[in-house]
Amino acid sequence: MNNKFIRNLYMVPYAVWVLIFVVAPILLLLYYSFFDIHGEFSLINYQRFFTPVYLKLTISSFWYAFIITAISLLVSYPTAYFLSKTKHKQLWLLLIIVPSWVNLLLKAYAFIGIFGAYGAANYILEWIGIGSRQLLFTDFSFVFVAVYNFIPFMILPIFNAINGLNPALIDASHDLGASRRTTFRRVIFPLTLEGVKIGCQVVFIPALSLFMLTRLIAGNRVITLGTAIEQHFLVTQDWGMGSTIAVFLILIMFIIIRITGFRKRGA
Amino acid sequence: MQAKTSPAAKIFLTIVIFVLYAPIIYLVIYSFNSGGSMSSFEGFTLDWYKELLGDTRLLIIVLNTLVIALLSALFATIIGTFGAIWIYHLKRSKSTIIGLNNVLMVSPDVIIGASFLILFTIAGIRLGFYSVLLSHIAFCIPIVVLMVLPKLIEMNPTLIDAARDLGATRIGVFTKVIIPYITPGIFAGFFMALTYSLDDFAVTFFVTGNGFSTLSVEIYSMARQGISLHINALSTILFFFTLILVGIYYLISQRGGIKLGGLRR
Repeated sequence: MNNKFIRNLYMVPYAVWVLIFVVAPILLLLYYSFFDIHGEFSLINYQRFFTPVYLKLTISSFWYAFIITAISLLVSYPTAYFLSKTKHKQLWLLLIIVPSWVNLLLKAYAFIGIFGAYGAANYILEWIGIGSRQLLFTDFSFVFVAVYNFIPFMILPIFNAINGLNPALIDASHDLGASRRTTFRRVIFPLTLEGVKIGCQVVFIPALSLFMLTRLIAGNRVITLGTAIEQHFLVTQDWGMGSTIAVFLILIMFIIIRITGFRKRGA
Repeated sequence: MQAKTSPAAKIFLTIVIFVLYAPIIYLVIYSFNSGGSMSSFEGFTLDWYKELLGDTRLLIIVLNTLVIALLSALFATIIGTFGAIWIYHLKRSKSTIIGLNNVLMVSPDVIIGASFLILFTIAGIRLGFYSVLLSHIAFCIPIVVLMVLPKLIEMNPTLIDAARDLGATRIGVFTKVIIPYITPGIFAGFFMALTYSLDDFAVTFFVTGNGFSTLSVEIYSMARQGISLHINALSTILFFFTLILVGIYYLISQRGGIKLGGLRR
């Protein structure tokens, strides 16, 4: 060992971490994806992935992730926009972020109470005359809670993008005769697209792999790629198939990041 | 972008904030309910808090969760800070290392959990305290790096040159110049790692064995069995604990010029 290495000894733990906890896990998933449930080398898992069962699962997973991302964006953009115009915007932003620091399990647990047969949501429905409904274990409650969970992470990057806009550009647009709508469509929105992209990225990828909410709120009615992985690893013990789905999920993740460009979350 | 807020905008914001807080308020209110469910409020009681204090098993789990969070944040901060300094000094392959660092940041929890499960099984590490601790350290390290690295980049390199010219040794430069400069980033990284670890469910769920459990995993199994109001009492306490953490983080970020909100899953 040379002197330079000894001088740089401090980097060893970090380099070891990269190898063991970043590189090795991905390679292990790839390796295991080539073994069937009896531990024999085969391509059966990849064949199985392209059967209707798994393709349908992938499509429905994409569909839910798409709906969740779209609704989150619809709620978050105006929120971020109005937020940037308030007087104490940092304080308002903090107010929006605080709930996201509370453990998701606890909030999911609260929603079980709220959406339950005798919960607050049904009480309100009854009160306004619609009558009580089965809310828990439906697509509605699943999408609602997922959106609830993700909007703070969508609001943050969009808020930062809007907040970083140069106000002179908006003044210039008004001076040149653009209406408020045109200014928004042609100036504000395109310039904040970067924030929207990051927001979509940080919502879409986790939404593809939600598994705890599908169990607690959707009552196993919704199955995502994440639920399938969890099922294969912890219930049926078919690590090979679980790994194959994980490999596809990683591929999808890289494609999405390629399209939207990696930025650190909330930056 | 400084314009007046229209009433419609204010109403919209208020509704969003109300919805965001609704489940938390709901939990807090029902933690004082003398009835046994989250559907009708019968009267005020502190019984659930008393029951909580008597529940030794749950208190041990809370303690486990805190120990795991503190230890993993501590180790992750040390390894991550040195890692960030290493990345900062790298001449080639900097972006590759940063890319690898970010893999765990963007990967879905399920994938991290599943791949760590394979890893520990192959390495022969029994699932339990150590497997949970190791995985928490592992997924907290990239956050620390992402908090410390910008501080290093922002630092003026002439500071180091000046210290060298004035005769400082390598260790002197490190302890007297670099570390004090990046301290806000280190603290922010530590607190982020702490909350990440406290919050984690999915990864822990995969790598926790039968005998060991953290709060998230425990609440998951309790919630699947049905509602018990002493979870509400626990969440109330945790919520106020979270508020304190947010307060501390807010102070650090204000002093250190670190952007609010940071990185959360």
